[in-house]
Amino acid sequence: MLSFFSKPRIRGGVHAEEHKAVTATQAIVNSFPLPEKLYIPLQQHVGKPAEPLIRVGDKVLKGQLLAYSQGMISAPVHAPSSGIILDVNDYPAPHPSALPIRMIVLETDGKDEWLVAPQIGDPFQLTPEDISLRVGAAGIVGLGGATFPTAVKLNMGRENHIDTLIINGSECEPYLSCDDRLMQERAEQIIDGVRLMLHGMTNSQGANLHSPEGGRAGQPGMTNSPGANLHLPEGGRAGQPGIKTTNAVIAIEDNKLQAYLAMQAAASPFSNIKVIQIPTRYPMGWDRQLIRYVTGKEVPVGCRSSEIGVTIHNVGTAYATHKAIRHGQPLVSRVITVSGGAVARPMNVEVPLGTLISELFKFCQVNSDQIARIVMGGPMMGESLPHTGLPTVKATSGILALTASELKSTDEQPCIRCASCVSVCPAGLRPLDMANNIRINQLDVAVDIGLKDCISCGCCSYICPSNIPLVQYFKYASGEVAARQQAQHKSEQTKRLIDARNARMERIAQQQLEEEQARIAAKAERERLKAAEQEALV
Amino acid sequence: MIPHMKPSSGAHVGAKASVSHIMWQVILAISPATAFGILCFGWPALNTPVIMDGSALLTGWLLAMTLPPWAPWWIGVVGSGLAIILGKQVYGGLGQNLFNPAMLARVALLISFPIEMTTWPNVSPLFFSHSPGLFESWHITFAGLENIDATTGATLGFIKTEFSQNHVLSEILKDYSGFLNFIGWTRGSLGETSTLLLVLGGVWLIRQGIIQWYIPVSLLLTVTVLASVFHLMDDQHFVSPFLHLNSGAMMCVAFFIATDYVTSPNTKAGQLVFGAGCGLLIFVIRTWGAYPEGAGFAVLLMNAATPLIDHYIRPRIYGRDRKGKPLEIPKS
Amino acid sequence: MYVLSAIVSLTLLGLVLGFLLGIAGKYLKVESSPIVDELESLLPGSQCGQCGFPGCRPAAEALAEGNAPATICPPGGSALAEQIAALLGLDLDLSDVKEPELLVARVSEATCTGCTRCFKVCPTDAIVGAPKQIHAVVADACIGCKKCVDVCPTECLQMHPIEVTLRNWRWTKPTLPETSNAVC
Repeated sequence: MLSFFSKPRIRGGVHAEEHKAVTATQAIVNSFPLPEKLYIPLQQHVGKPAEPLIRVGDKVLKGQLLAYSQGMISAPVHAPSSGIILDVNDYPAPHPSALPIRMIVLETDGKDEWLVAPQIGDPFQLTPEDISLRVGAAGIVGLGGATFPTAVKLNMGRENHIDTLIINGSECEPYLSCDDRLMQERAEQIIDGVRLMLHGMTNSQGANLHSPEGGRAGQPGMTNSPGANLHLPEGGRAGQPGIKTTNAVIAIEDNKLQAYLAMQAAASPFSNIKVIQIPTRYPMGWDRQLIRYVTGKEVPVGCRSSEIGVTIHNVGTAYATHKAIRHGQPLVSRVITVSGGAVARPMNVEVPLGTLISELFKFCQVNSDQIARIVMGGPMMGESLPHTGLPTVKATSGILALTASELKSTDEQPCIRCASCVSVCPAGLRPLDMANNIRINQLDVAVDIGLKDCISCGCCSYICPSNIPLVQYFKYASGEVAARQQAQHKSEQTKRLIDARNARMERIAQQQLEEEQARIAAKAERERLKAAEQEALV
Repeated sequence: MIPHMKPSSGAHVGAKASVSHIMWQVILAISPATAFGILCFGWPALNTPVIMDGSALLTGWLLAMTLPPWAPWWIGVVGSGLAIILGKQVYGGLGQNLFNPAMLARVALLISFPIEMTTWPNVSPLFFSHSPGLFESWHITFAGLENIDATTGATLGFIKTEFSQNHVLSEILKDYSGFLNFIGWTRGSLGETSTLLLVLGGVWLIRQGIIQWYIPVSLLLTVTVLASVFHLMDDQHFVSPFLHLNSGAMMCVAFFIATDYVTSPNTKAGQLVFGAGCGLLIFVIRTWGAYPEGAGFAVLLMNAATPLIDHYIRPRIYGRDRKGKPLEIPKS
Repeated sequence: MYVLSAIVSLTLLGLVLGFLLGIAGKYLKVESSPIVDELESLLPGSQCGQCGFPGCRPAAEALAEGNAPATICPPGGSALAEQIAALLGLDLDLSDVKEPELLVARVSEATCTGCTRCFKVCPTDAIVGAPKQIHAVVADACIGCKKCVDVCPTECLQMHPIEVTLRNWRWTKPTLPETSNAVC
């Protein structure tokens, strides 16, 4: 009862029509025919693009490294199937603009032949550093959509003494059910991935010796209660007293009962992994919302969650970690939800990365006459794609072919200040004021009242009765602010260049002047000497 | 290949509610009370909401709810005109106005035509033999009233008049029937008659998620608390909270007028403050002011304070404190 | 009598205040505004002349006198226009101002003779090269002043719009449809 009066842990949010059942009730389809060509972008992650190390004409095996990561934050790219490299060039990116980015084009040979990976014995004998190296080398990035390189997160976990690892199984976007199916069908592998992640974040230095131990858990009836009530037992390394261990919490929205049960069964042998149900409310899967709900802690603006002792990964990422460490398989495929009103056979299907959307649509029998919009990702935060000639990437959780009747009306009406957007905003912003300021080009004001804290979750656009495209206003404004900063930067740079040039010109002129004077002086001197000589002669 | 589609950002799907949907829901919610008002006062009441273009239907309706039922036709015309022109268009149309248009028009009318605006007929139900027929109603509406006998002030105004003649409350109210007032068998403007139907409409709107409970509840609570305190202090000079809640435009204002989206604050806390402010002002004006009914003025005054409330009461941004500074990392 | 005293007292008051104002105007005079200097420091200083004035200083003077709009400087773009408007306290409505299409110079390698004339005139040293070698433009440093185009003997330098890539692609501002008040 007390928890009822405590600070509310979910703020804002909407409950959209789910549309999940149609795909969540059928098994993941594994029979996707291997496409003839795969288009593999060199940048499928946050950070620097990978650098190709193959040449056109090379023959590669499935899982072979195609491009290596460069820089601190980057991820490598591997061959999703065996075949021959056709091209390394610019092709349209899976992005609303479909502008070209660098891609490797692979012509598959149909054999789908794996590169034989060296087997490792017990991965828990590996050092935590080794785990994150392997995760990094497998090209694993956050598969929830953020695509932040997972190895970097594991490293940060080791540096910051994480006490809670949250595994995000909320899948709060409507239509999508790929994580749901993955949890239902591959729960044990996911749990194994979670254990490997925990191992990878263990600080082998054994710091934090004086940390308090978590109380013994297992109070009946408390399994679903969040946050402070979540007493987790001392975890896997109970044999070494005094060493603080990280506990894992797998959070699943309560509309996915089957997934919850499967995950709970798979997690039951491990006392440091807890599976909880969370309310179904978009955007529950926003990492910071989930962190606040599960731990009661709020991540300060400008900080990473690891700084408050929490780190968060997606279930798909945990599964990919399992495959990379146990089987030596890099991230070359993923489960994608294909759904929407125009899809005759909506399904979850495992496809190699780089598969063109047109091939997916052919397989799922999409009626192209009905398509009003193609969306990559969920309908709340996903981005529209202009056509189907674009490849799927690591971040692609779903491809939706939506009909006109499913889309929100674009008939924009004046704002009636109903403030629905204020009450649904999970970040605590005032979208209507921000949009009004942006409309009249008062971008500075918009920034002052929180433009940079907007997470583009789409709740405001979703709820707006006047159909105002609020999120587009914010995206436009953020881009414009960035562009102006760049312009500002360039103008300063220009000024510096001009000053440098002027200084150089002056120096050259000065030099010339001095040379000229020296010459004149020398000439005068010569003439003087000459005159003196003549005088002497006379 | 599907033709090139232009970039559009999320959310790609949306809630069903649209602006017109909201407006119709509100209209639906006040319809029973209006219908009852018409039933009580007969055809003349119908003539007030005359000119309304599509956009202003709700504004015109709300205004009509606050006018005396047998007011001359031109009151309705002038009022609707004022509401639309002064209330909305001069600010730049829907969503831009600072003041509630219906209340603005009502207050303007009240100041300009005090007699017409405070002449309340007794209940004379439609279809009863002594009620004005349709033809007679046209006569009332266009030619004015002849038998002024039938009309006195609305309940609160009546009490106020009696106070001025040094009567005490117990004498004044001996004929007063709370129950009749509650169901609406009483004098007053259309929107003041049936407390019951207005509350039902309002509660339905809250259930539908069209309005939030913050403003009505804080407004009514404030009035109740203030009225109770004063009534307990001196029950001969201060009317009971029940009478306060039950009379005048209280329910109409609480559920339909103060909750107007455009002119009320954006945040929950702001709306609570707004409601409490309205309640306080209504009580003060009713008790000590020159006018019998303070709702219109109260709402307008609080409308003026809305930008201020919105400026000071803001939601806290995630990861920041109330002042907008990033939170500090908690020391473990 | 009352009328007379009123006239006298008001006249006196007016005279005294006017006198005070006169003194204040003389002794508290602000020296010629440093606004021109401030404006000049905001402007790029490349003397490119795209604004129609012979250089940045004359442009700043025109701005200070109110003879030029805040959006005068094409290389500065709307960011600079906003700064200028803020400094001068002008109301700036950028919605009517079309963002000028930014151009950068590009060398056509086929026709470049390596004459070095272009990089001698470039105010930002954005052109690199050596005598008898094909020159190249560093697009990030080019401010689009067209000086190089004017001096190029073979017309191998041409202005091109900045290429839109994923790096500089931006969401457009939603266009508000004709506002209609017909809601119901």
